[in-house]
Amino acid sequence: MLTLEGVTYRYPGAAGPALRGIDLQLADGEVVGLVGAGEAGKSTLCLVAGGLAPRSVGGTLTGRLLIDGQDMTGRPIHDLVSHVAICFQNPATQLSQVADTVYEEVAFGALNLGLEGREVAARTSAALRALDIQTLAERNPAQLSGGQMQLVAVAGLLAMRPRHLVLDEPTAQLDPEGKRLVAKALRRLAGEGMCFLVAEHDTDLLAAICGRVVVVDQGALVLAGPAAEVLADSRLEAWGVDSPAPIRMRRALQSAGVDPAGIEADIGP
Amino acid sequence: MLAGLAVGVPAIVGQVVRPLLKATLLLSLPIGVSALLVNIFFFPGGREVIFSLGPVTATVEGVQFALEILLRILVISGAVTLFYLGTRPAELVVDLERRGVSPRVSFVTHATASAVPQIAQRALTIIDAQRARGLDTQGGLASRVRGIVPIVGPVILGSIAEVEERSMALEARAFTRPGRRSLLWHPPDSAAQRLLRWGLVVALALLIVARTAGWAP
Repeated sequence: MLTLEGVTYRYPGAAGPALRGIDLQLADGEVVGLVGAGEAGKSTLCLVAGGLAPRSVGGTLTGRLLIDGQDMTGRPIHDLVSHVAICFQNPATQLSQVADTVYEEVAFGALNLGLEGREVAARTSAALRALDIQTLAERNPAQLSGGQMQLVAVAGLLAMRPRHLVLDEPTAQLDPEGKRLVAKALRRLAGEGMCFLVAEHDTDLLAAICGRVVVVDQGALVLAGPAAEVLADSRLEAWGVDSPAPIRMRRALQSAGVDPAGIEADIGP
Repeated sequence: MLAGLAVGVPAIVGQVVRPLLKATLLLSLPIGVSALLVNIFFFPGGREVIFSLGPVTATVEGVQFALEILLRILVISGAVTLFYLGTRPAELVVDLERRGVSPRVSFVTHATASAVPQIAQRALTIIDAQRARGLDTQGGLASRVRGIVPIVGPVILGSIAEVEERSMALEARAFTRPGRRSLLWHPPDSAAQRLLRWGLVVALALLIVARTAGWAP
């Protein structure tokens, strides 16, 4: 279980905190969506949950990052990677640039951990299988589509065997096919017991994969609950978040005086 | 001559003569042309005048020295280009690490080489975007010069912005962990290759000695 306890974080040189008093728990096997307007604090929350802020980014943090009850605040990032890993929105910047093949790219993190070659090979193959991208193993990672690259980036993290994965807008730069690939992979991994925090603007995607959704606004957590309830909340728009398409459609029908009965807004996982 | 052979023969064997020539000329021409002009017209102590152009005079000694400098520039950029054309970056990184070089050093070596085509691709995208907004990049010299800033600025700033995310992505994959990394494979290193490498080291030492002792020009 990953827990953020009373987290307040301020970037170096910033006038005010980017996060204020965040309390959040992610249970094993849970997929939690994180929504909010631009600059609301989603990416910062991801950096803190992933252990990169303040350790790598700088700034000041009060509160604690706990994993299975152990305080991880201030631990070196390489100590954290077996517990929690973070994936960013631009797939191209996550490639190591030192791998000629997808296989080597996926193995990169496990090799950094200094594991035995046999163990690295086992983990790499397992990560490729988990995301169903074994067929890409011999391809040049720089020549993949955005969606495939993002899957390779996630596989590279999986090879380090973290139990928690933080994804900061993983589909922001992907085409519909890329989004479909990533969503399918996340659903599969969640089914195997991994825990995800997914910051995302695409609420349709979150509706499809998340059991719970939290909303941040101006650095504070303003709403949390089951995905179906949160994504149907009428205040979402005021927080700069679009509701999923079925809900928007239902509202549009209602405002046009059309009875939406029979149109199911199926936003559950 | 000898240095030219040292670059030319491996380029022929490696079948990279055309790309080598193209890249070498592109790399050397800006500095080569300025070195030529400066040395032809401003060589101190030149006596045999070829022609005068206002306040400057071209001399035979200046031309000889300028050609010598140009040759050196061509050989240096040729050798560097040949190295990048003939070396698989991944093999270089693995081999450096195998020999105990820090992964950070080998990473920088590789990432620098692989960043060049990415920056070139980014520049092409930005050129297209600026053209779409009316920037003239194909007109006369003046308009081309005016077009440099709106292209170079975004290229550099965009590359810098990516650096932070790249470094965080590397940290997230334990790249900063102290201690040695494991290696998946070792590049092949035959006895002939080892012999050739040592032969080159010996040849270099001999050349330095010959040059220092005045046996070679």
